[in-house]
Amino acid sequence: MFDSPADVTERLAAVDYLSDDAISTSVFLAAALGKPLLVEGPAGVGKTQLAKAVALATGAQLVRLQCYEGLDEARALYEWNYKKQLLRIQATSADDDIFSEEFLLERPLLKAIRSANPTVLLIDETDKADVEVEGLLLELLSDFQVTIPELGTIAATRRPYVVLTSNATRELSEALKRRCLYLHLEYPTPERERDIVLSQVPTIRADLAEQLARTVATLRALELKKAPSVAETVDWANTLLALGREELDEATVAGTLGVVLKHASDQLRAVKELGLPDA
Amino acid sequence: MPDSLVDRHVGFVHALRAAGVPVSVAEGLDAAHALRVIELADRESLRAAYAATLVKKPAYRPGFDVLFDLWFPAATTGMYAERPDKTINPEKASVEDLREHLASLLTGGADQEMREFAQAMVERFGRQPAGPGRQGWFSYSIMRALSPETLMARILRNVLAGQDRGGLAEKTVRQQVNAGVRRFEEAVATDVRRRIAEDSGIERIARSTVRPPLDQIDFLRITKADLARLRREVYPLARRLAARLTIKHRKGRRGRLDFRRTMRASLQSGGVPLTTHFRPPRPHKPELVILCDTSDSVSSFAHFTLLLTYALREQFTKVRAFGFVDTVDEITRFFVPGADVVEAMTRLANEADMVRFGRTNYGHSLERFAERYGDAIGPKTSLLILGDARSNYQPPALDVLKDLVSRSRHAYWLNPEPRRQWDTGDSVAGDYGTVVPMHECRNVAQLTAFIETLA
Repeated sequence: MFDSPADVTERLAAVDYLSDDAISTSVFLAAALGKPLLVEGPAGVGKTQLAKAVALATGAQLVRLQCYEGLDEARALYEWNYKKQLLRIQATSADDDIFSEEFLLERPLLKAIRSANPTVLLIDETDKADVEVEGLLLELLSDFQVTIPELGTIAATRRPYVVLTSNATRELSEALKRRCLYLHLEYPTPERERDIVLSQVPTIRADLAEQLARTVATLRALELKKAPSVAETVDWANTLLALGREELDEATVAGTLGVVLKHASDQLRAVKELGLPDA
Repeated sequence: MPDSLVDRHVGFVHALRAAGVPVSVAEGLDAAHALRVIELADRESLRAAYAATLVKKPAYRPGFDVLFDLWFPAATTGMYAERPDKTINPEKASVEDLREHLASLLTGGADQEMREFAQAMVERFGRQPAGPGRQGWFSYSIMRALSPETLMARILRNVLAGQDRGGLAEKTVRQQVNAGVRRFEEAVATDVRRRIAEDSGIERIARSTVRPPLDQIDFLRITKADLARLRREVYPLARRLAARLTIKHRKGRRGRLDFRRTMRASLQSGGVPLTTHFRPPRPHKPELVILCDTSDSVSSFAHFTLLLTYALREQFTKVRAFGFVDTVDEITRFFVPGADVVEAMTRLANEADMVRFGRTNYGHSLERFAERYGDAIGPKTSLLILGDARSNYQPPALDVLKDLVSRSRHAYWLNPEPRRQWDTGDSVAGDYGTVVPMHECRNVAQLTAFIETLA
């Protein structure tokens, strides 16, 4: 898929994802070693975005499984089409095989395994799913195959590139972690964040982007309930443009704080700590 | 891989294990595979490859970085050469010029420049006599010579030129400079470790410099910096504890049959109810009562318990928290959801009425609790007691506790002392332990384990 970490950096940049050494190397290794990549980190640092960017950069289709509490096999892997089976039984003699391909409803995991085209499988927010789902994933992640009792084992025709994301609200099992490469994404350095803002909002002035990135870094250093995400920094840049502000002065920050801080207590804290005028 | 690289690799993996990072054999092999496909000369790429294959938890990362810098050092002594394109000659320039240069690095120098400068400074100031006739390398002599913290005023003057002081701009610059100083200190420390390792061997220095990973740091010996990082670790745990106590009652109950929905769905299949629909089960919301020892003898632990209380307060629908030293006071009001955690702690210390004589008295506290707030505990309540069970030789009031426990649904006791110190001196851990299951909980790893056992 990729020639080298440098190649990753270049091709991700071509689809507007600015990576750094750690990201590029991990993405490259996941492809070169054929291992799933587990990306952990706080909300809004670009974990899901990374998977999308990899799909876009390699021209692969993206199959996404959004995890949530109560996600089960039927939603993640496959389901039998009961209605069709029932109709078939009514229409023909009962000995007809109603557990065959044509009654199978593909769900994301099976779809990714069976796809003949290059595929990026994104298993999003793995930590939200119940522990049982992790068990389901183990077979898939180590051997790239799934077992359907009525049909047998289906092995991948073409190994998908797997990205798992997690906010680390729950520790994932050792067994799962062992099968994956691990990438911990933190908030970007102010320099990188400035570049991200510049690439996402090309019309913004470079010094304003720099000021934004530094201010956001200062906000993140406070003890906040929810630190501003990268996406919110970009929103902030867009807001400033829309308002026609050229400068990020204290009045502007105070007036637009709601774009980056979404808790009343966080806003109060920021106003107090940074000595902003009351909005 | 050439032999020496294999040795390095194996030595590094062993050192990681010795420092408490669990690296399985399979993961070691993954790393070795990774070494074959990446450019070994690119050091950051090598670091990233090792990190991706071996370090699967952020808590292990700082220790990993220290060891990586020792096993795969950025430079070896003697390679530092004078470079003509440098703006400053680190060997001959005056200290004042060096400080000036450092100041410029602190407000936006590239990592590479910072590292090279740090190495040059270690070379120039780092060698100090250590005992008669011996030399050693030290960070403090560099910090003393350059004292980077004292550069702040000058940088602020230069950068802010004319702007108002004390506002947002100053905060931002301060933040940037502080981060820069930390980076410089880190770079110096790394290079000092490398030089010591060259003199006396990697293994020896590795053993003495790697701090235990965050989740194994003792609550009773915690530093302020650790506490800030701990805060981030505790939040998800609280969420999980809440989930654990809830899920327990949800398993095996699917909720009542939703007759109307089932019938309506059966129309599609000619009146045969193929799919049954159930009303969503009503999750049992547990009530939580927390009793925590906030005395000085466990002050670091108390800080942690308050942190946990705060996190739990946001996860449960109904939580009542009580703090005690020798008398007891309800402290729930300080932990309003959405309130500021730091502020809550400060107000708590100033306003709550928990101290009478200043010495922990479990017996008296329990009696007062039963008397004043006994009705807080009912059949739906989980009771969580946090404390070291050291009662200063006062009567423990076991009967009162027994009564409280019998009225609650579950009760757990977390004790920050090592198990072998229980029942020594004035500890009545054993006695209380017969009434409430007591768990040793001195670090995040043990807290995690405790939460696991609840399942």
